[in-house]
Amino acid sequence: MSINTLAASIIDGLLIGFVYGIAAMGLTLIWGVMEVINLSHGALIALGMFGALLAVQSFGLYPYLAFILVAAFGLVLGIIVYSIAIHRILDAPDLTTLLSTFAVSMIIIGAGTAAFTTSPRNIEFSLGSVNVGSSIILGTKVVAAIIAIITTVLLYLFLYRTRTGKSIRAVANNRAAAELMGIPSTKILALSFGIGTLLAMGSGALIATLFPFTILSGSTYELKSFVIGVLGGLGNPAGSLVGGLILGFIEGLIPNFMDTSWTPVIEFALFVLILLVKPQGLFGSEE
Amino acid sequence: MKRVFTSPFLWLGVAFFVVLAAWPMATNDPTLREDLFLILMFITMALSLNIILGFTGYVNFGHIVFFGLGGYMGIYVMSILHWGLFTAMLVGGISASVLAFILGAIILRLRGAYFALATIGINEMMLAFVSNFKPFGSGIGLSLDFGVYKAYGGAGKALWLSFILLAIAALLAFIITFVLKKSKFGLGLMVIREDEDAAMVMGIPTPTFKNLAYTLSAFLPGVVGVLYFFKNGNIEPGEAFNLEMSIEVLVMIMLGGFGTVSGPVIGAALYEEIRSWLIVNPLLQSMHLVVAGILLLAIILFVPIGVVGWIRQRLPLVRRYLE
Repeated sequence: MSINTLAASIIDGLLIGFVYGIAAMGLTLIWGVMEVINLSHGALIALGMFGALLAVQSFGLYPYLAFILVAAFGLVLGIIVYSIAIHRILDAPDLTTLLSTFAVSMIIIGAGTAAFTTSPRNIEFSLGSVNVGSSIILGTKVVAAIIAIITTVLLYLFLYRTRTGKSIRAVANNRAAAELMGIPSTKILALSFGIGTLLAMGSGALIATLFPFTILSGSTYELKSFVIGVLGGLGNPAGSLVGGLILGFIEGLIPNFMDTSWTPVIEFALFVLILLVKPQGLFGSEE
Repeated sequence: MKRVFTSPFLWLGVAFFVVLAAWPMATNDPTLREDLFLILMFITMALSLNIILGFTGYVNFGHIVFFGLGGYMGIYVMSILHWGLFTAMLVGGISASVLAFILGAIILRLRGAYFALATIGINEMMLAFVSNFKPFGSGIGLSLDFGVYKAYGGAGKALWLSFILLAIAALLAFIITFVLKKSKFGLGLMVIREDEDAAMVMGIPTPTFKNLAYTLSAFLPGVVGVLYFFKNGNIEPGEAFNLEMSIEVLVMIMLGGFGTVSGPVIGAALYEEIRSWLIVNPLLQSMHLVVAGILLLAIILFVPIGVVGWIRQRLPLVRRYLE
């Protein structure tokens, strides 16, 4: 194995890592604001994939325009899901919110299976490629990584520079205190869930331009989001991007040394290890 | 202890399992037996999960790991080492418990959602590991030679045998759960569920109690795994470590009533019935997952204590007969 192939596969992994990063950001934002582990995350990613497919195939939209539409739809859908399935049970034990988000996932997957079946789909789309040594890096992956970075920057500007974004952070920090300061916490919680869904569906739309997918593909990315969320610290969106890069790096690196099918073993072993040793994430501070 | 064994509820429950086991035998109906096999399997899984989930309050998504590992160990000793079914069942149960004991010592330090996440991680790690593990046949899995069934009087008789053994396992799970709920150990677990820090202050050795509950909850799934895959004749990773099934068992417990004895039984039976009704209903066939999801959501939002919890709340008179 040459250094060139190694470098190319690592670059490839890192590019995908950015996209994993924004998928995980949706999960971790929701956890950070309302301490809910969103088990419908994977279903929402899959919904984003099919949203993009529908927009591209039926309406002939450009895939990245479809990304914006799907993300906007995600915001609205997230607010609806929050009002129906989350708001009533926000303060109930963990099991309750886990199961209610799982119920949402069942509904989405069920409806999706009825509408699209479980056969694999893909979006026919190419942006050429770049040669790195003897290996090829696809243009779509580069663009997807750039969009993921822009999304992260926008999220950060929103959370740190706007009043609403600051309210979200206040609610995440201490909901009771935020309410006393006059922040409408219900609206803020619904909006946060909406943004989390936006990120999930948006990442789905991006992934759809890279790999073939089925309505069940979301669960793979949901599990990856858990791993990334824990790597970067649950509730820390910037950590997610770094966590995504670490995961992408591992996925680029491992196939060079052993069978690709060992990758999940290593990923999940790392996941459990980090939960045990440093549950606040690699970059989290002691509380 | 004497009062435990004179409880009318316990004997009602025992009678229920005896009737359930005798019914297909009396009518000699293999279709009914297959239906009841699934129901009894889910009852055992739900009852055993309830020990760690309902009594101790730890949300475990990885209950299926014990089912899968037990199944693999059992099929391995039967197909490669040519051991008998009964030894294989013991091997399955014990190896699941040993795994739970080791895992428990490590991950039961985590609380709340972090524990739940770790169990998801462990489930996926086992799935990925077994898919690559050569002695267990990697992705293809293991299968039993048809000749294995000869020792039990042919394939037909072996199916009846595994059904009867499963019914015994389900009954055992029921009795264990009931005795546990009435015991001091069970009380300790429920204190941990309500407030772990207070439990520690009151002198309950929480790490030991939690780990014992986890180890106990793993034994019967291991046994059931052996029976299920013995009946199937083969085992493969996707079916043995199916995260969806773990979550389905959780749903059954919620449906029936969290932390009760009859709840998991009623929940498992009800869930299986509803699901098979949805699958064969021509109108709802393609939408069965959607209907099940809406049903689950409705239960969680409006009746979070489950069927049994709701009945106990409304009808104080039946509480003696419905634990």
